[in-house]
Amino acid sequence: MTMIQALRSAMNVMLERDSNTVIYGQDVGYFGGVFRCTDGLQAKYGKTRVFDAPISEGGIVGTAVGMAAYGLRPVVEIQFADYFYPATDQIVSEAARLRYRSAGDFSAPLTIRMPCGGGIYGGQTHSQSPEAFFTHVCGLRTVMPSNPIDAKGLLIASIENDDPVIFLEPKRLYNGPFDGHHDRPVVPWSKHPMGEVPEGYYTTPLDKAAVFRPGADLTVLTYGTMVWVSEAAAKETGIDAEIIDLRTLWPLDLETIVASVNKTGRCVVVHEATKTSGFGAELAALVQEHCFYHLEAPIERVCGFDTPYPHAQEWAYFPGPDRVGAAFKRAMER
Amino acid sequence: MSQSKPLSLHVPEPSGRPGCKTDFSYLQVSPAGSVRRPPIDVLPSETGDLASTMIRVLDDDGNAVGPWAPDLDRETLRFGLRTMMKTRIFDARMVIAQRQKKLSFYMTSLGEEAIGTAHSLALKDGDMNFPTYRQQSLLMAREYPMKDMICQLLSNEADPMKGRQLPVMYSVREKGFFTISGNLATQYPQAVGWAMASAIKGDTKIASAWIGDGATAESDFYTALTFAHVYNAPVILNVVNNQWAISTFQHIAGGESVTFATRGVGTGIASLRVDGNDFLAVYAASCWAAERTRGGHGPALIEWVTYRAGPHSTSDDPSRYRPADDWSWFPLGDPIARLRRHLTNKGWWSDEEHDKVQAELEAEVLAAQKEAEQHGTLIDGRVPSAATMFEDVYKDMPEHLRQQRQQLGV
Repeated sequence: MTMIQALRSAMNVMLERDSNTVIYGQDVGYFGGVFRCTDGLQAKYGKTRVFDAPISEGGIVGTAVGMAAYGLRPVVEIQFADYFYPATDQIVSEAARLRYRSAGDFSAPLTIRMPCGGGIYGGQTHSQSPEAFFTHVCGLRTVMPSNPIDAKGLLIASIENDDPVIFLEPKRLYNGPFDGHHDRPVVPWSKHPMGEVPEGYYTTPLDKAAVFRPGADLTVLTYGTMVWVSEAAAKETGIDAEIIDLRTLWPLDLETIVASVNKTGRCVVVHEATKTSGFGAELAALVQEHCFYHLEAPIERVCGFDTPYPHAQEWAYFPGPDRVGAAFKRAMER
Repeated sequence: MSQSKPLSLHVPEPSGRPGCKTDFSYLQVSPAGSVRRPPIDVLPSETGDLASTMIRVLDDDGNAVGPWAPDLDRETLRFGLRTMMKTRIFDARMVIAQRQKKLSFYMTSLGEEAIGTAHSLALKDGDMNFPTYRQQSLLMAREYPMKDMICQLLSNEADPMKGRQLPVMYSVREKGFFTISGNLATQYPQAVGWAMASAIKGDTKIASAWIGDGATAESDFYTALTFAHVYNAPVILNVVNNQWAISTFQHIAGGESVTFATRGVGTGIASLRVDGNDFLAVYAASCWAAERTRGGHGPALIEWVTYRAGPHSTSDDPSRYRPADDWSWFPLGDPIARLRRHLTNKGWWSDEEHDKVQAELEAEVLAAQKEAEQHGTLIDGRVPSAATMFEDVYKDMPEHLRQQRQQLGV
């Protein structure tokens, strides 16, 4: 399966298993989504389970909070992560705080899917990685898969989870892994082992990172598309990097991170999002706090630049294998 | 070519400021009994006149007139009057407690008691209100224990919200009262979503959404109307137009020469404009809307015209922006006085009984306060444990919150 098919399969499984699961968003119903993630689901489950929504992110999330308060399990889509901002009040002030402020009287077991990330010539409003907006909000879980197997398992786990989950989908990875080499043809998921996705129900736990590539020289903390870029950088520099795919950004798997950094003594944080106050700052602070006496070099951060995401300058902006590899070398030389 | 005159920005102003008198002619008050009562399945486009006139039942003499006059029995009416009185006495008592620093903050609903009280009588158990911070009469009508309300206000050891919420931000699921948020208007699309869920599950329950005149300017107001209309959601969309949003007159919210009810018609929702200080009109219009939505005929919007007689909150001094005696000139009067007169006319209430009930209720509120204060107040520091501060952020406490709780040493 591609990541698109894996996500669709997850939603299909949950629509089948739990009659309280409902799916809606812009172009999600009849048309099956602009990325085809919900293709065929309305035909199979009917218009009251899978339906089109008005172009109103605040309305989509606001009604989902109300549905969740009633007892449904809404899975709603924001067409691009770049367009979640109108729903910020409903996400931050409502979904995230419902359980806390009502002392458990009400809760919001909803999942908000958002295609995110760049590397597709998406320009300013089709490329952003806004995960740090969500990891900063207490009460939210923020999840981002990097491959079809995890995408399905994590999405099912997110839908089943009783906390509100922000489910970020790197659209650059929808059809195949991408290592940042935009000049080479992209291999489809059908040619990759991680495209072999089980049919039926399974979950990938929300509080566990994955050691994507074991290594001894340094630890890479990353997620989404940058997992593949980091792998390419390790290969091209010959540095034996241990790549940790966080999968769930917050609350995260600190144990796996600390064990790895304490083993390697070096740490590079890689993400597409802009650098300042990005999620990498939290990761670097955590590593500094928990691994201080094991660190042999300053923690490196390779991130998007502190600019809006440009169009023509796509590959100068996107943290590709060269920039990531250079950071690996710096971390090893210090 | 004609010469253009310089443009000028229009900034609406209330006619009445401190030291002068408000001209209430802008309200467009219809005579009692003059507005028609349409069938519950009326087309939204045919409610234009109902959205710009005013449904009223009680005339100036306290008699119930016209097609909206409901057939309410003696006991229900007496319960309604008693509940409104209870709400007002409770409010007054809590303002005193706030002045005594037993609680940090309070908001009264003085003058708006009829709306929640009568509306609640039109709803069934299982229906869900999505209230603002000024619908305490909904809880009073559902006979939620005042002691529990006061414990929330005191943030004490028995506070159902465990001291996490500012006073008046109640949450009472079993009484159909959704958790109140400080963020204005957010509950409006949530109510629509709750109603959509009821429809998705083939349930028979309806939602009732609440918002003030000022908060209709928030985007969530229009969002909710759009979704309610698009999905034919079983929701009553209440707009409580009390003329004021803190210091801001309703014309700044967009009420100048147009009613809030007409916004409903514009989005394809059957809409009514109702005298909010007329208990009988509130009950009749609420029943109409509940029957319509429960019958699957679509949502209904009701603008309740009333007046915020008290300060916005205990942190507010209205004499700085409006005439001190404004309420006494408000053409729709006092909801308690008007129902009292109606009941007296019918021989179902007397001055002696009024005084007796007033005294009873004052004692009841005082007793509830005493009972609540046994669990602590803000002054004596008997608040929920700091350890509970970390609970309910997530369903299960994650590791980082466990560690932070440990660091606090609780």
